[in-house]
Amino acid sequence: MSLVKNHEKMETNVLFLVLGIFVTVIIGGLVEVVPLFSIESTIEKVQGVRPYTPLEQMGRDIYVREGCYNCHSQMIRPFRDEVERYGHYSLAAESQYDHPFQWASKRTGPDLARVGGKYSNDWHRRHLINPRDVVRESIMPGYPHLMRELSFADIGPRIKTLSVVGVPYTPEAQAAAADDLKNQADPAADHTALLARYPKAVVGDFDGHPEKITEMDALVAYLQVLGTMVDFTEFDPKSARNFR
Amino acid sequence: MTQATMAHGAQADTTAYNTGVIKSFVVAAMFWGVVGFLAGDFIAWQLAFPFLNLDLEWTTFGRMRPVHTSAVIFAFGGNILIGTSLYIVQRTCRSALWGGNGTGYTIFWGYQVFIVMAALSYVLGYSQGQEYAEPEWWIDLFLTVIWVIYLATFVGTLVNRKENHIYVANWFLLAFIITVAMLHLGNNISVPTALFGGGLMKSYPLFAGVQNAMVQWWYGHNAVGFFLTAGFLGMMYYFIPKRANRPVYSYRLSIVHFWALIFLYIWAGPHHLHYTALPDWTQTLGMTFSVMLWMPSWGGMINGIMTLSGAWEKLRTDPVMRFLVSSVAFYGMSTFEGPMMSIKAVNSLSHYTDWTVGHVHSGALGWVAFVSFGSMYYLIPVLWQRKSLYSMRLVSYHFWIATIGIVLYITAMWISGIMQGLMWRAYDELGFLQYSFIETVEAMHPYYVIRATGGALFVLGGLIMAYNMYRTIKGDIREEQPFESPEAYPAGARR
Amino acid sequence: MEMIRELSDFLRQFWGLWLMICFLGIIVWAYWPKNRGRFDNDAMIPLRDDDKHEERTDGGNP
Repeated sequence: MSLVKNHEKMETNVLFLVLGIFVTVIIGGLVEVVPLFSIESTIEKVQGVRPYTPLEQMGRDIYVREGCYNCHSQMIRPFRDEVERYGHYSLAAESQYDHPFQWASKRTGPDLARVGGKYSNDWHRRHLINPRDVVRESIMPGYPHLMRELSFADIGPRIKTLSVVGVPYTPEAQAAAADDLKNQADPAADHTALLARYPKAVVGDFDGHPEKITEMDALVAYLQVLGTMVDFTEFDPKSARNFR
Repeated sequence: MTQATMAHGAQADTTAYNTGVIKSFVVAAMFWGVVGFLAGDFIAWQLAFPFLNLDLEWTTFGRMRPVHTSAVIFAFGGNILIGTSLYIVQRTCRSALWGGNGTGYTIFWGYQVFIVMAALSYVLGYSQGQEYAEPEWWIDLFLTVIWVIYLATFVGTLVNRKENHIYVANWFLLAFIITVAMLHLGNNISVPTALFGGGLMKSYPLFAGVQNAMVQWWYGHNAVGFFLTAGFLGMMYYFIPKRANRPVYSYRLSIVHFWALIFLYIWAGPHHLHYTALPDWTQTLGMTFSVMLWMPSWGGMINGIMTLSGAWEKLRTDPVMRFLVSSVAFYGMSTFEGPMMSIKAVNSLSHYTDWTVGHVHSGALGWVAFVSFGSMYYLIPVLWQRKSLYSMRLVSYHFWIATIGIVLYITAMWISGIMQGLMWRAYDELGFLQYSFIETVEAMHPYYVIRATGGALFVLGGLIMAYNMYRTIKGDIREEQPFESPEAYPAGARR
Repeated sequence: MEMIRELSDFLRQFWGLWLMICFLGIIVWAYWPKNRGRFDNDAMIPLRDDDKHEERTDGGNP
């Protein structure tokens, strides 16, 4: 039996052992991971999902920086109670521009996949500065430091990098990143170009301080867009069923 | 230190092993262990009493939790794994370290620098935002260099061996080193913004959304499978026979155990993504393999525990042995719980709740930490050439205090996890959701207090161990009667 | 990328079969009666390097 012979070799020969281990551990990954990259069979086609605006993306980066994913998921499972509590179950398409994904694995706090539009900007600002001001029993940390000015000198490189990893920012969108960011937080600005690039983006002052752009502006802008891109009145669940 | 080698008796082989660097790893593991346990208990208290977040950006739960996870997994676990692997490979190959102290101390200091950079970067707000893979790209690159040196040192020592056969512990350790390298590279593919004129401290992962999720949990689950399991099984296969002074129960079972375990583990990742937007076939595959994984896991457990067959009295007389064998029992428990939780129906309840946290800690505290403690208690007198540990009574205290801590921890998390899962899906008689989310948070409070108390006991055990270790290295031996005297039982009755 | 995908599609067809064969091969090898002696010998590797010092610490109690 040749297998038996090969085995003797394997356990006395370091190279065979190294190769044997490598082949053994790579099979599972090949079978499970690689097919997911044929996008057609993994991500359903839905209308409305767009790249984040530069301000929302900065907010998303703050969300990642503060480790919000340690306590908040962004993935609604298709159960009756979750759909009633949080909204329509999450689609793969909705996180297709999320670098990195923030589905997370723990709900110490509620799911945030569809938190957009559920609370006012003012509620978010007060809640983030001291959660217990608006929810007495909350155990979330306060984030008063978010009221500092947003440093967005590198928004251009950030948007450029995201386009390199596959987010469809047009060259104009990349060039206008800093302007788009400022305009979105400024209620008095002309938003035509911004809204053409990022349909349905929420514009205005997010943090109660229209004179400056703070980290709070960015984070609240991000929270307010979460889960709002897809219009579920036009969504056909039958066509998406194949993907679950 | 740098020239520290073991002196050997006349009959023993005369290989000059590199033990100085092993000592450094053991001391570092003790240090980071206490730091990591403290960080964990601190964030546990934060969940019970949120004012402990201190309203400072550096001390919020979101930034501190990666400090805790990295400190216990990579700093404590990593140091003891690298240290013992370099010890085991020398001893079982009868060969000094490939590259000697040069590679040894490069790995040691490189790894400590990695840990410090990673922890600092989380606190200061630099994170890739993927669990257990938070360090930014250049820290990842730095670790890759250190890891390649580690792999080369380990393989080089294997190649130089004087034994014909490669002892099975080394198989597990080699699988751990190779697979962790593969996972680390696969999951950290990212593009730094610095390439396009941005800052050094920011990058975006190449994959997004569902692909990113799959790669992340392929990484995340196998960090458990290969870092926290295969590596520590390698330790088990060396230190339990060594401490019991008898060979492993079945060497043949260990071979089957090895191949089955490393093959099956890799597939289990998708059970972290049940009912998400990951395609169904992947979830089902993940579940199937997770359930199958139960078999090799228990094969390994039986092999570890049955090594003591015929010498069960050592469990009473030797608290170090008690640590080692209890760790395998905890391993058996959490490798039963794990496959169960990977079944989709169970997972629908347990996922997102504290049950997962409890499960992780029954493995992390009961298995990983206990097998490390046992191995360290064995190694410390050997490495520093002391007659014995400073105090076996302190080892016994450590064992019982830590065990009570674990029991408090995991029972609190079972109750709070299952309770929260049930509250989320509870309906009242009118067909409305019965509880608001914040009501479920409120209900968790007593269990968070119990959990944090259990954690504090575990920290206390770690401090006792550090003290015992310090006194042992100093050369002290405490005048004491052992709790359980072997003479209390007639020899025949013990068998 | 295309090649890797084809390879993975190919592997997926037979994985159940050939993995079983592989696994049975390992079991046969491990439990082959002729191999028993050398495995029992290999299992002693960690215990053969004892020097005097280690023997003293064995059992733990002073």
